[in-house]
Amino acid sequence: MSLTPEIGGAHVRAVHDEFHGDLLEVSMGPHHPSTHGVFRMIVTLDGETIVKLKPVFGYLHRNHEKLGENTTYLASMPYTDRLDYLNSMSNNWAYALAVEKLAGLAVPERAEYVRVILAELTRLLNHTCLAGFLMQDCGCSGTPLMYAFREREKILDLFESLSGSRMMCNYQRFGGCRVDPPAEWLAGAQRLVDGYSAFLDEFEALLTGNEILMARTQGVGRLDPALAVSAGVAGPMLRATGVGHDLRKVDGYGVYPRFEFRVPVGAHGDTYDRYMIRILEMRESIRILQQALAGLPGGPVMDPKAKLRGFRPKAGEAYGRIEGPKGEIGFYLISDGGPNPYRYRVRPPSFINLTILEDMCLGHTVADAVIILGSVDIVLGEVDR
Amino acid sequence: MSAALPLSAASGANALLERLPVVLRDGLLGYLPESLRWIVSGLITIAALLAVFGLLFAYLTLAERKLLGRIQNRPGPNRTGWFGLLQPFADAVKALTKEDIVPREADAVLHYLAPVVLVALSLMGFAVLPFGRLLVPVELDSAVLYFFAAGAATELAVFMAGWASRNKYSLLAAMRALAQLISYELPLLLSFVPVIMLAGTLSTTEIVTAQGGWTLGFLPHWHVLTPWGFAGFVIFMIAALAESNRSPFDLPEAESELIAGHLTEYSGFKYALFFMAEYFGMCALSGMAVTLFLGGWQAPCAFLEFIPSYAWFGAKLLALLFGFIWIRATLPRLRMDQLTRLAWKFLVPLALINLGTAAFWFLTAGWSGPLQLVRWAVAVALVVVPFLLLGRRLTAGVAPRTYRYAT
Amino acid sequence: MLGTGLIKGLAVTAKNLVGSYHDPARYTTVEYPEVKPPLPEAYRNFPFLVSESADDPMGTLRCVACQICEKECPPQCIYIEKSKDKKPDAAGKLQIYPTVFAIDTSVCMSCQICVEVCPFDSIKMDQVYEVATPGRYGDLLLNREQLAKSNAYYHQIRPTEAAEVDGRLAAERKAAEEKAKAAAAAKAALPPKPAAPSPAAKLPDESRRSPQGEGGAAKPPAEGAQP
Repeated sequence: MSLTPEIGGAHVRAVHDEFHGDLLEVSMGPHHPSTHGVFRMIVTLDGETIVKLKPVFGYLHRNHEKLGENTTYLASMPYTDRLDYLNSMSNNWAYALAVEKLAGLAVPERAEYVRVILAELTRLLNHTCLAGFLMQDCGCSGTPLMYAFREREKILDLFESLSGSRMMCNYQRFGGCRVDPPAEWLAGAQRLVDGYSAFLDEFEALLTGNEILMARTQGVGRLDPALAVSAGVAGPMLRATGVGHDLRKVDGYGVYPRFEFRVPVGAHGDTYDRYMIRILEMRESIRILQQALAGLPGGPVMDPKAKLRGFRPKAGEAYGRIEGPKGEIGFYLISDGGPNPYRYRVRPPSFINLTILEDMCLGHTVADAVIILGSVDIVLGEVDR
Repeated sequence: MSAALPLSAASGANALLERLPVVLRDGLLGYLPESLRWIVSGLITIAALLAVFGLLFAYLTLAERKLLGRIQNRPGPNRTGWFGLLQPFADAVKALTKEDIVPREADAVLHYLAPVVLVALSLMGFAVLPFGRLLVPVELDSAVLYFFAAGAATELAVFMAGWASRNKYSLLAAMRALAQLISYELPLLLSFVPVIMLAGTLSTTEIVTAQGGWTLGFLPHWHVLTPWGFAGFVIFMIAALAESNRSPFDLPEAESELIAGHLTEYSGFKYALFFMAEYFGMCALSGMAVTLFLGGWQAPCAFLEFIPSYAWFGAKLLALLFGFIWIRATLPRLRMDQLTRLAWKFLVPLALINLGTAAFWFLTAGWSGPLQLVRWAVAVALVVVPFLLLGRRLTAGVAPRTYRYAT
Repeated sequence: MLGTGLIKGLAVTAKNLVGSYHDPARYTTVEYPEVKPPLPEAYRNFPFLVSESADDPMGTLRCVACQICEKECPPQCIYIEKSKDKKPDAAGKLQIYPTVFAIDTSVCMSCQICVEVCPFDSIKMDQVYEVATPGRYGDLLLNREQLAKSNAYYHQIRPTEAAEVDGRLAAERKAAEEKAKAAAAAKAALPPKPAAPSPAAKLPDESRRSPQGEGGAAKPPAEGAQP
């Protein structure tokens, strides 16, 4: 007998039929310690087993897309910071990429490298936070979370000294980056990257081999690759199911084809895989960062043709997407030649990854639902927009 | 507490310190008429217990927060008083001045009674713990039985709290608490049956006395230093973690799942009472573990006997409490089915096998010379082999994984 | 074996417990009101208006009320009213000035776009972050007088950037003077011919600045000056 039996197996169902009782409907959220924001799950419980789960969201709706259609292209940039507020640097990049496609702007090589460095730092930041949060959901008393936050704070300090803000960076511009990272900043980034493996080792020693954690997460919240693909799930969640889809390899945007890195894929699609894939991705990110920092070329970080004020791309449409830490983050823009986009649409990875929550949670217990939700890695700012 | 117990082992400078609490009490009693002495003596004992363990509770909360802080690389509470030493009192004032909210739909009487019953029951265990050579509040022949009867009742108070709150989270917590109680009472009781078997008594004082003496003057005869005693101690401590609802078995409270479980609808001082009961329960169970396995108030080496016995008891108690906090800082929480499976399929069989190990140990007490080595080898094998086999069965299908990389 | 992972984890926490006493690099937190972490120069919070002199902030505001920041501000938290008359600015040139310049810092999201779009270097980001007030509405609405801070203050919080801005402004002024002189000379000499662009107009790299919509007459074509 294992710690994680087939839940909902025949013998369990037989027992349930015999002691058929009333179902209990519990509204978990919007005020709940582990819904990661104002998210609500209306769960119907048979004992502690979930028989129905209805996600309710929109509590944080801010009209992001309509705002984007009513402000200039540039003014949407700081709003993209607030989509997935952990990953403002990659959101900025995805939006800048879409606008650059629309306006046909070229990006200097140095800026491409800087973008890769920042995007990979963001990936480290996001995955570190997620690991900490997930452990907190598993019931650790804050220890892994504090370790994760210590490292996150180092990355945020780097972001702050470069862009002026820890989380709302507003750093990328159409045609490049706002400021050129000075040498001491790059040295600081190098120090951080060099020390990050040691942190990951310690974090993994703390928990990855922990029997309780493995028992809690292995076999919990299985996601079928076919379902994941048909639901449009992307990012580490998709890769945990065994589908090796990574836009850095598929699209090869920016200067990613120049770097050597691997894409880890899981085999079970369960919560443990989703956790481990992120840990492994962090190790690959460190490799990319080492290469990017070593190969960073000189030159400007801004396309001289790029305009800040009076920016009016010619009529047309463009879709820019990157492999964000949570999955494919994309921006779809239609221009009618005016100063505002005619249509502005976000492809939010958190939201799309969340749609299959019920499929993963059915048959599991309340305690599992919490960690399954944690392993999806949502940020409500992006889900509700 | 019997007033005039003869001081057998203690001598010299030790004697005064050892006797000091009793001397103080007797001095006080001397001013009273004979007819009142027995009741005042009892009251003094209760007051002393409440004062000592009340303060211990207060500073244990602080110590827990400080240690958690240090483990998480932050300073912990340090604003109230010197090094945050007044923090527990600030917390108490806060708890007392907060509004006491009772949900309209709640069963007001049960809702009120639950924390009171819980604290009362968790305090009862202290009555039979031998805190020192001369410090036993109540000498009962069936002290161990009484202790665990009182301790088991605390989970009922948790159920009362969960049921009375009329909150779905509280109700789930109440169900979890009951399942946990039923699962862990058994390994808890089975784990120390060998101790009773060997000592031949249920009296805590006699169990401690049975662990007296040293081999070569520095190897104490504590039960924990035998194979069966070590296994029993570990099983006891795991079950004690579960009994006192401490992480990784804090399922009824389960903050990330059930908000605060049975505490969801409690506020103000009632909430504080639940915490008090949790820490009292933890202290009492640790005290019992010290008594049963760690030699009670006995000093670890003969030459250290000059330190009063109650200091040794206190030191061992604090060491165990540190263990509780350390484990809380490290481990994630188990799930309900895993928790019960751990009890029924791992701890209970191990505890039962441990009975056999203890019987073997008891029967081979006369072996000496090379046979002594055989005795140790067999006993250790009897502990380790079932542990490995049952552990493998328990963790079947749960293993670290290797990952492949897409090209 | 069952339990090895648990023991490994306990070892890590024990190491951190001991390490937190002797290794400050492990620390996660700072004790905030007593210890304030140093702010990086780039740190930004809310905007302020740069005035040339600390003694007469209202008279020496760099702002000429062109209202570009008001239009570009994403959350629309800036409100400006232009003056009807003109006053001499720090360089002695007659300029329109803002009679009302208000920023609602409860709306402002500190994005720095106003700073980037300003052609006159007259609005910059402040670094004051302890901005709590007892008033819920009015106290966070900062007016012209509250927003104005001297160039010296700007130098104090962002020395590198301020020095760069000062150098640029000085060059612009010099270029404007030379241009005016050249224009006067050209006027004097007949027949009139267009003044050649002065080499002083080649300014330091301003890659983040756009050539479009430069409002100031004193502004020379700056873009593309650097290869």
